[in-house]
Amino acid sequence: MPIVRKLNHGLLTLGQMSFLFGEIMRALTRRRLNFKDLLYQLYQIGVMSQSVVLITGAFTGMVLAAQTYLQFHKVRMDTATMAVVSVSMLSQLGPVLTGLMVAGRVGASIAAELGTMKVTEQIDALRTLATHPVDYLVLPRIVAATIALPLLTAEAMALGIGAGFYVTTVLLNVDPTYTWANMLKYTVPNHMWGGLTKAVFFGAAISLISCFKGLNCGEGAEGVGRATTQAVVMSSITILISNFFLTLLVGRILAP
Amino acid sequence: MIEVRDLKKSFGSQKVLDGITFNIEPGESVAIIGRSGCGKSVLLKHLIGLIRPDSGEVIIDDEHITALDERELLKVRRKFGMLFQSAALFDSLNVAENISFVLRRERQLTQKEIDERVEEVLEMVELPGTQKKKPSELSGGMRKRVGLARAIIYKPEIVLYDEPTTGLDPIVSDSIDQLIIRVRERLKITTVVVTHDTRSMRRVGQRILMMVQGKIYAAGPPEEIFSSEDPVIHRFVNGISDPKEEVIF
Repeated sequence: MPIVRKLNHGLLTLGQMSFLFGEIMRALTRRRLNFKDLLYQLYQIGVMSQSVVLITGAFTGMVLAAQTYLQFHKVRMDTATMAVVSVSMLSQLGPVLTGLMVAGRVGASIAAELGTMKVTEQIDALRTLATHPVDYLVLPRIVAATIALPLLTAEAMALGIGAGFYVTTVLLNVDPTYTWANMLKYTVPNHMWGGLTKAVFFGAAISLISCFKGLNCGEGAEGVGRATTQAVVMSSITILISNFFLTLLVGRILAP
Repeated sequence: MIEVRDLKKSFGSQKVLDGITFNIEPGESVAIIGRSGCGKSVLLKHLIGLIRPDSGEVIIDDEHITALDERELLKVRRKFGMLFQSAALFDSLNVAENISFVLRRERQLTQKEIDERVEEVLEMVELPGTQKKKPSELSGGMRKRVGLARAIIYKPEIVLYDEPTTGLDPIVSDSIDQLIIRVRERLKITTVVVTHDTRSMRRVGQRILMMVQGKIYAAGPPEEIFSSEDPVIHRFVNGISDPKEEVIF
């Protein structure tokens, strides 16, 4: 019964992940977080993701502006272009695309690093040195990703809107004053808060999944490869599916 | 004191440990020997709680460690140092950072005191001046020495060695054996060595436990094991293959 086996495996993974999450919370409340380790991970996850996030944000904003203008121009709504771009960047595209890019870059790197440490007995060595792997390896990564992702998302949002505005007003010659006014008219702060709330969740989810996959990877190079792929795929799918539910939930909570 | 009682462990359908019982007294030096895949390393990892048994007990100084959770085990592990087969150095850290890992995390010593301790243990393992090197710049023998320095810097009561001479040439193997003996005598620690290197077991073991198919097959001082006329022991210590065993090329 492959379906039953798959279901069992899925439930087991969820259960093990819940235990890992519980252990992380336990470590966090007992103040096991080392500030130096956190700073290093913030650099690795936040600073090192700059180029990826900047390119993603800018080009998404530009493409969205161009495509929206091409449709709106037909019905003489050119100046409403940036309203669509800004709402989309703030509430959906900013957090989701940043999440997906970070899942690819950071998720893969976390799973590969922890997986390699596991197959080369470095995690066992850590345990013999009276250090809990969650305290030293998982906690700084989870906290750093949860802090870094909203910041990276905010960057992508700002850059996307800025680049979209440039395309609309400079390249497509739409009136900047009306474009600006319409953008502010239809964009509310809750669009941004909703997007940033999602980014917090995505940061925690990517790092939790990737750490879990790394710590539980199979033997040898094949095991590390599989763990890395699974970490990226599972993080990306989690982002896409949870985005739908978070949109409903955040929309309900932040609704005026 | 280490006490192991009726320890059993299986991986899937494969029985690896099948009712192991023995004691190791404080200060004793024991070599656990046996053919590759007979469960020696698995047994060693049970002693420090890295693997949990299916049944049986491991008791360290009257504490039943099989009942402890991972965080409680961390306190017990402070009594242990372990040298892994691959040395298991943290490849993102240099030699000094690897060796001082525990001391830096405990934050009880100043940086100067830590540096002095690192220098002292590096002298002991005959690798002075290598503090800044990365593990990737070290040879196999040097990595094992650094691994040993990392295991003894916090002065543990028990040091476990998992195949310390595997993959090393005879000269380096000899120097590692000498090092194990020197560390044992200088620090007065309990030593447990898992090995299939007959020269090494004769030299470092005051008592030998021989494992066959997940059980303790024989136990005794090295002279007794090496002069045994039991065919299984005789073949193992003299490196003679069993003609009845099928060899697949």
